[in-house]
Amino acid sequence: MNALTRASRASPQTFMQEVVAATPGGDTHLELCLQCGTCGGSCPSGRDMEHTPRQLFAMIAAGMRDEVLKSNTPWYCVSCYYCMVRCPQEIHITDIMYTLKRMAIKEGYYQESTAADAPDFSETFIDFVENYGRSFELGLATRYHLKHHPLSAIKMAGFGLGMLARGRMDLRPTKIQNIDQLQAILTKAKELSNGSFEPGGAS
Amino acid sequence: MKYGYYPGCSLEKNARAYHESALVVAKRLGIEFEETPDWNCCGATEYFAINALAGYALVGRNLALAARQKLNGQGNQLVAPCSACFLNLSKTDHYMAESPELAEKVNSALAAGGLSYEPGSVRVRHLLDVIVDDIGYMTVAEQVRKPLYGLRVAPYYGCLVVRPDYQHIHDEPEYPLCMDGLLKVLGAEVVDYPVKTHCCGGHMTQISEETALEMIRRLLKSAADYRADVIVTLCPMCQLNLDAYQEQVNKHFGADYHIPVLYFTQLMGLAFGASPKEVGIGKEFVDARPALAKIQEEPPQNAKQKRSRPPKGALPMPSMLSHHKGGGQ
Ligand code: SF4
Ligand code: SF4
Repeated sequence: MNALTRASRASPQTFMQEVVAATPGGDTHLELCLQCGTCGGSCPSGRDMEHTPRQLFAMIAAGMRDEVLKSNTPWYCVSCYYCMVRCPQEIHITDIMYTLKRMAIKEGYYQESTAADAPDFSETFIDFVENYGRSFELGLATRYHLKHHPLSAIKMAGFGLGMLARGRMDLRPTKIQNIDQLQAILTKAKELSNGSFEPGGAS
Repeated sequence: MKYGYYPGCSLEKNARAYHESALVVAKRLGIEFEETPDWNCCGATEYFAINALAGYALVGRNLALAARQKLNGQGNQLVAPCSACFLNLSKTDHYMAESPELAEKVNSALAAGGLSYEPGSVRVRHLLDVIVDDIGYMTVAEQVRKPLYGLRVAPYYGCLVVRPDYQHIHDEPEYPLCMDGLLKVLGAEVVDYPVKTHCCGGHMTQISEETALEMIRRLLKSAADYRADVIVTLCPMCQLNLDAYQEQVNKHFGADYHIPVLYFTQLMGLAFGASPKEVGIGKEFVDARPALAKIQEEPPQNAKQKRSRPPKGALPMPSMLSHHKGGGQ
């Protein structure tokens, strides 16, 4: 357990500290943001975002927890890392977007964003990975699209047939040999993540 | 030289052409691959959005298995041809080295499966980097039997090989040149267009189609504006988005793009004299054959050569321009 998480039990954390503590992998430098705007100007999906990364970071600093977690911004982040290589303060922007996604899911906020389907796409994807050790495109496409976009599922069916005809999609998932080992590792990881690297996870 | 090989889920099926052509090329260049036994999915861009530690542990299992491979007796190198796999493997190794707390937690999780991983014990490489940096242009040039003369290619790097560059490949995150150089060695005419490191949209095709189609359109438009015959990629996700969604982009924007999207290894294989079938040509949605038919026996008279005096009695060369259809707006 890291110092920040431990501290969080004793004294209330700022929202900024909470975000930083929930982002593993070295120093995020988040508190060093200069508000220069380079990130937003570099972002390929910026025009669909309710807030630019810069705005979002100002809101984090201001402790605007609800507004930040309701923002669609993290869900439109495509992990292109443009902002990260350009940020003069070397802020781990892309990783922070992932953290905000996890926080929003945990607190149920994403349902109010315009990208409300995104978490379910991720969940469905990892569900196959957890059961088979491999991703499974056909299963992912059918399960996710039938649930969320039944109309476009018809369009997707055409797409799927094209993939099948070209031998680019499997009809069945592939399972790794040692799936028990992988599941044991993932179960343990989830256990350990309760209390660190995960927002408000202290048990 | 022997490398560990991590094909990743895409290369097993959707990007089979990448896998097949990579093996053809590796064989010709004397690269030996040993697939990491029983590897699992890298989690793509999805796992970190749900549970960070489990995401790192998922990738950690692959690194632990790769570290166990007995390859050269020295530090193991693991080659990933998929950009997302390459990024996730390098990121996990990098962050485990940066953060002892993360390393400890990932290792406690791995221990539940009888594994462990010491950060830095596997060097993660992208296939392009291995070919350019370890093998080198000279060795590649020696293998060229059928140069790609006359083919205008747009090298498309996308995001994750050049950014954020945890592995310090010898190239620029925003204006890389290593694939440009490689394609020139193959005899192709390389197009210098401004969007070669822009994003293909990743998983956005599934979440917000509007957003994704616009990102794909920008790439296709730029390649068409610069009269590219082929877009050359190094990533299964980029290939899928630009190729399989091209028709939808045309419908959505009333455009008419027909730009095939091939893997750099497919063009290498062709230039090395392999048959189109051997390198997986024919699996693409936008048929590559009309573009490949443009490959000529002789190097075209490019601008520089045109300025030099033609040999006496030479017939005037047809203008290259007339061969290229603009493709869309
Ligand atoms: S580029 Fe970096 S310093 Fe500038 S606004 Fe964005 S996060 Fe802040
Ligand atoms: S990594 Fe995300 S936030 Fe940063 S530029 Fe790319 S899409 Fe925008």
